[in-house]
Amino acid sequence: MAAPSCGAAPVVLNSYFETGFPLPTELSKEFTKQFPNVTFNIKEDLFANLMENSPRVLAGDNPPDLIRLPSISDLVKDSLLKNLDDYATAFGWDKYPPAQLAQNRVADGGSPRGEGSLYAMGLNYSMTGVFYNKALAAKVGMTKPPETVAEFEDLMAKAKAAKVPPIIIWNKPVVGLTFPLQNLMGSFGDPGAVNNWIFQRQGATIDTPANLTASQHLEQWIKAGYFQDDINSVDYATAMSRFIGGQGLFLFDGDWESGNFDKQMAGNVGFFLMPPAAAGGKHAAMSAPLTYGIGANAKNADCAAFFLNWVATNPEARKIDVAVGGSNPGGPVDLALPAVTPGSVTEQTLNAGTVIAKDNGAMDFIANATGAIYAEGWTPELQKMVGARQTADGLLKAVQAEYTKELSR
Amino acid sequence: MTAADSQGLKQRGRSPFSRGGRAAIVAWAFILPAFAFYTVFVLVPVAMSIYYSTLRWDGIGKAQFRGLSNYLVVLTESDFLQILGNAFQLVAYFTIIPVAIGLGVASTIRNHLGGRFGATARTVLFIPQVIPLVAAGIAWSWMLASNGVVNQVLQLIGLGGITRGWLGDFDFALPAVGLIGAWVLLGLCTMLLVTGIARIDPSLYEAAKIDGASPWDEFRWITLPGLRQEIGVCVTVTVIAALASFDIVYIATGGGPGIQTTVPGLEIYRLAFAHRQVGLASALAVVLMLLVIVCVLPIQWLTRQQK
Repeated sequence: MAAPSCGAAPVVLNSYFETGFPLPTELSKEFTKQFPNVTFNIKEDLFANLMENSPRVLAGDNPPDLIRLPSISDLVKDSLLKNLDDYATAFGWDKYPPAQLAQNRVADGGSPRGEGSLYAMGLNYSMTGVFYNKALAAKVGMTKPPETVAEFEDLMAKAKAAKVPPIIIWNKPVVGLTFPLQNLMGSFGDPGAVNNWIFQRQGATIDTPANLTASQHLEQWIKAGYFQDDINSVDYATAMSRFIGGQGLFLFDGDWESGNFDKQMAGNVGFFLMPPAAAGGKHAAMSAPLTYGIGANAKNADCAAFFLNWVATNPEARKIDVAVGGSNPGGPVDLALPAVTPGSVTEQTLNAGTVIAKDNGAMDFIANATGAIYAEGWTPELQKMVGARQTADGLLKAVQAEYTKELSR
Repeated sequence: MTAADSQGLKQRGRSPFSRGGRAAIVAWAFILPAFAFYTVFVLVPVAMSIYYSTLRWDGIGKAQFRGLSNYLVVLTESDFLQILGNAFQLVAYFTIIPVAIGLGVASTIRNHLGGRFGATARTVLFIPQVIPLVAAGIAWSWMLASNGVVNQVLQLIGLGGITRGWLGDFDFALPAVGLIGAWVLLGLCTMLLVTGIARIDPSLYEAAKIDGASPWDEFRWITLPGLRQEIGVCVTVTVIAALASFDIVYIATGGGPGIQTTVPGLEIYRLAFAHRQVGLASALAVVLMLLVIVCVLPIQWLTRQQK
């Protein structure tokens, strides 16, 4: 079949984007420049509102052609998203590295995720790890990124002794401690097992011996004072301003901040992937597509699919993807990555993506396992751990109980 | 009585009946628009909530009838009970503090109501009422942050040892949220009570003074009984504000740390829109509505009894 296109007649793509992230809008401008018959009618919402509104917007009379999707399982269950399998064949997406598309695949009925038909594409693919302040790193004697968890912990102890706050994090209104926790899970265990839990595969549990080790390390970091003691009252924006303001050595975060850091801390910021437990071990990282889908009853589905394909393959689009979005544009393996400023942290996060691909260490976010696990499981329980009201073991048991409860409801 | 008079009486005797019928129609015509609105925007949604509360439903897909099982969850799971308990703890802050301070202020400025001092005091105390709750929540969460004004003041007066991120502290988050609510509601209570106290006959106070009553006696035997209705309104409004609170908590703490400050209003919203458990959310909403009624009816009854 000939690949779908936007044709020559005027098309208005009904679009629903996420507030605060300029990437899709920048891409839409470039697209209109290249295909003048296509314009975008863009509506934006904050992520939390998107999460709440997307089912109703998709079920409404005028479903979006392009929509930023916070999670796809429930939407597939309610038949609100277009199945993209035919587009995947027509555009050759099925020849992309399978791991790239896996998180956007959902089995019939909405569960498990990670297999089945394709329901969304990533505009790009984020990568998480540890950012560090170079000036503070020099102060505590860090000459190169740590190669094991033990080395990492040693650096934090040195920072603490030198009165440099070791880790900047946010823990309100939703927790940031899931970042170090999941990184530790990836260091001590198999990232595939964590993915099985996130994708709701039969019999998967978060309460495993490897995850307990990870949770115990996190608890010990809290007790050792590696996090500031007010983190339960610190939100994401405050944490960012603390890190950019040089108030702490490490920050667990994702490459969506790379461009921001390159501007605000130019030359003073570095990035490394969470080190493995043993030297020479494999790396793992949370990595997720910036997910966009097409409404099941969208009027311009073909054109929307053409746009998604264009984002992954057009050189100009890929350049915008990296420059504005900071993340790997994905797409076919034979396409080169757009050039970035040498020595920038954006370059480092992009390179980290290659390591994770080689080690097959990409994990989705443990916050995405179910619609409510972040708000009802991880957030209250990790906040309790900070307040010394939850143990390493109790944390995993409580979250697993919440997970089981939600899947049974 | 003349024959004409008696004829007139007879007519009058009959006509009130038919006029009454017309009056009833006119009355209904006036009531109907309001009643229609009330039905569409209150009665029907309440009935729908009660119906939803018996379902397992994500708001879009197919619903399953679940009977009363959602209520069982709400009334037995410890998290839900803690959330309901949090709302009752807030009553202490949202109601007792503003009403007590409002009474104090009203008694103090009673003699200066007309003057510039009285006007200024009333305006200053009413200002929190004018500020949107969301703005108040944001401003207070900055002030209560670890480097916020509250901690700066504490450090200045030598209490640096107790500074903390108040809204993230397990012991202090709920009281901190309660104080924000108290601050917001203080304006309303003061306004009502000051207006009420102005209506009390000044001769009562003069008579009491002549009889040698102390300021406390005046307050106990004149002010308090005279303000009974206003106090009733204040307590009703603030109790409802506490039990059905949402905005301040949503902005200031998001319900954390843990579920230390999660209140039913916040949980209903989360369950319905984030977790897409419309049935459970509706059951909690119905329980909350009943709790509000159970708390507010006795207050209404008490203040009406004394009229």
